[in-house]
Amino acid sequence: MSAHTSDDKTMSVKLIVWRQKGPNEPGRFETHLAKGITGHHSFLEMLDVVNEDLIKQGKDPIAFDHDCREGICGTCSTVVNGVPHGGQERTTLCQLHMRKFKDGDAIYLEPWRARAFPIIRDLVVDRGALDTLIQAAGYVSCHTGGVPDANAIPISKPDSDYAMDAAECIGCGACVAACPNGAAMLFAGAKVAQFAALPQGQVEAPERVAAMINAMKECGFGNCTNHYECQAACPKGIDVKFIARLNREFHKALFKAKAGAFIPLVEGE
Amino acid sequence: MRLLSDSIGRKAVVAVTGLFMVLFVVVHLLGNSTIFAGPDGINAYAEKLHGLGPFVWAFRAFMGVMLCLHVIFAILLTLENRAANPEKYAVKKMLKTTFAGETMIWTGLLLLAFIVYHLLQFTVRVTPDIVLGNDAKNRVDVFTMVFTSFRITPIVLVYVAAMITLFLHLSHGIQSIFQTIGLNNDKTMPQFGALGKVLSALFLVGYSAIPVLILAGILAK
Ligand code: HEM
Ligand code: SF4
Ligand code: FES
Repeated sequence: MSAHTSDDKTMSVKLIVWRQKGPNEPGRFETHLAKGITGHHSFLEMLDVVNEDLIKQGKDPIAFDHDCREGICGTCSTVVNGVPHGGQERTTLCQLHMRKFKDGDAIYLEPWRARAFPIIRDLVVDRGALDTLIQAAGYVSCHTGGVPDANAIPISKPDSDYAMDAAECIGCGACVAACPNGAAMLFAGAKVAQFAALPQGQVEAPERVAAMINAMKECGFGNCTNHYECQAACPKGIDVKFIARLNREFHKALFKAKAGAFIPLVEGE
Repeated sequence: MRLLSDSIGRKAVVAVTGLFMVLFVVVHLLGNSTIFAGPDGINAYAEKLHGLGPFVWAFRAFMGVMLCLHVIFAILLTLENRAANPEKYAVKKMLKTTFAGETMIWTGLLLLAFIVYHLLQFTVRVTPDIVLGNDAKNRVDVFTMVFTSFRITPIVLVYVAAMITLFLHLSHGIQSIFQTIGLNNDKTMPQFGALGKVLSALFLVGYSAIPVLILAGILAK
């Protein structure tokens, strides 16, 4: 893209940041100037610069989540100018660089907003609800022991590719943050689809869908209304076809409810 | 896992009832188009329909149930979704969704109001514009009734506005059915999208043509 010379030039951007001291504290926007930023700074490095400034002034640094800073862990999580991860296609916030911005730009920073993701502080939210979904339905039960022989269970290339595409999810929660309904259907769909495509996932298939849907409700996620904002915001490009797969698995489970997973059709157990 | 209380189950109810209503919209358009054959066309068609007696009532009851289920579950889902996303972003850029997608509950409620009005007008026949009478062959003169009402400009405007509303509702709704009942994948996504847009545009043009052509004096007695 841009030549090195232009990336080396320094610029200032105005950050309009959500500040909130704790989960039940009122929040508000605060404006900070990020000075001496080059195009080589990643977005998070730019925040580091601002925070060092704040610390020197004896002020509270801006709390934000991050870990690997190489786009694989799914920890970074900030809505930048109205788009989770900042809107560069298939890019986590840590991999977004300041060369995407211009000197003098005003940039809004907000936390993921959804009932299921309570704010901990500033831009940091509690995404434990996604772990709850995994604990409820994101696994297969199996006997552990020796490593199984390679190819003992044959899996076709298309099936394994499909499962791998679903497994690309890094659990960042941008799909929930982007969803007007605060739904976790892309995350849940990716998990259910991944197991539905593999032989190991067949045994518990109906129970898995039931558990996933119950857990989503208990965690306070909303329902999908097919806006597809999740896919557009997903840094891994997880496809909404996996949501259709989740819906399909639900209907299969409904009609093929086996003994043990017997499922009444109406409310109540 | 329960059809009527689980997220996906409720969505499926909205989708399946929506699908039946879309099928009705197709059949109703075909029926209405008999008006282009003049009084003989639509009056004969109306008489045949009413000759079906109990079937007409069974059909009406079925469509009534579909509509009620659709409305109840659509409202429930919308309320749940609002509750799941209580804090709004100061700045939010939508990347993919459409105006039609974001206004489903409003276009839906407008359609509900229109359906009530439309039934009071041409089914119960109690609105002030209604002219009742029999034609030369002693059939109920549906043609004259419809024709007289659609010579009134505000009524035609209401109908065209309602059809634009239906266009919006279905341009999101039709593709949505396939995703919700789980028949979609990445290859069919654009196809269902196109199908939804083409069908809803056809409904818009087809349904609006009748009042507009009558008002314009092109479809005459
Ligand atoms: C002519 C009458 C109607 C037709 C043909 C129709 C059709 C549809 C269809 C096909 C869908 C997509 C279902 C899906 O999500 O997969 C839908 C969704 C919806 N409809 Fe209707 N509808 C009609 C009337 C209404 C009415 C009267 C309401 C009033 C509340 C309504 C509210 C909604 C809402 C809120 C959704 C979105 C649900 C969602 O996306 O999850 N509709 N409709
Ligand atoms: S589906 Fe995409 S946006 Fe959602 S948690 Fe996984 S990686 Fe993040
Ligand atoms: S910090 Fe790990 S993906 Fe961004």
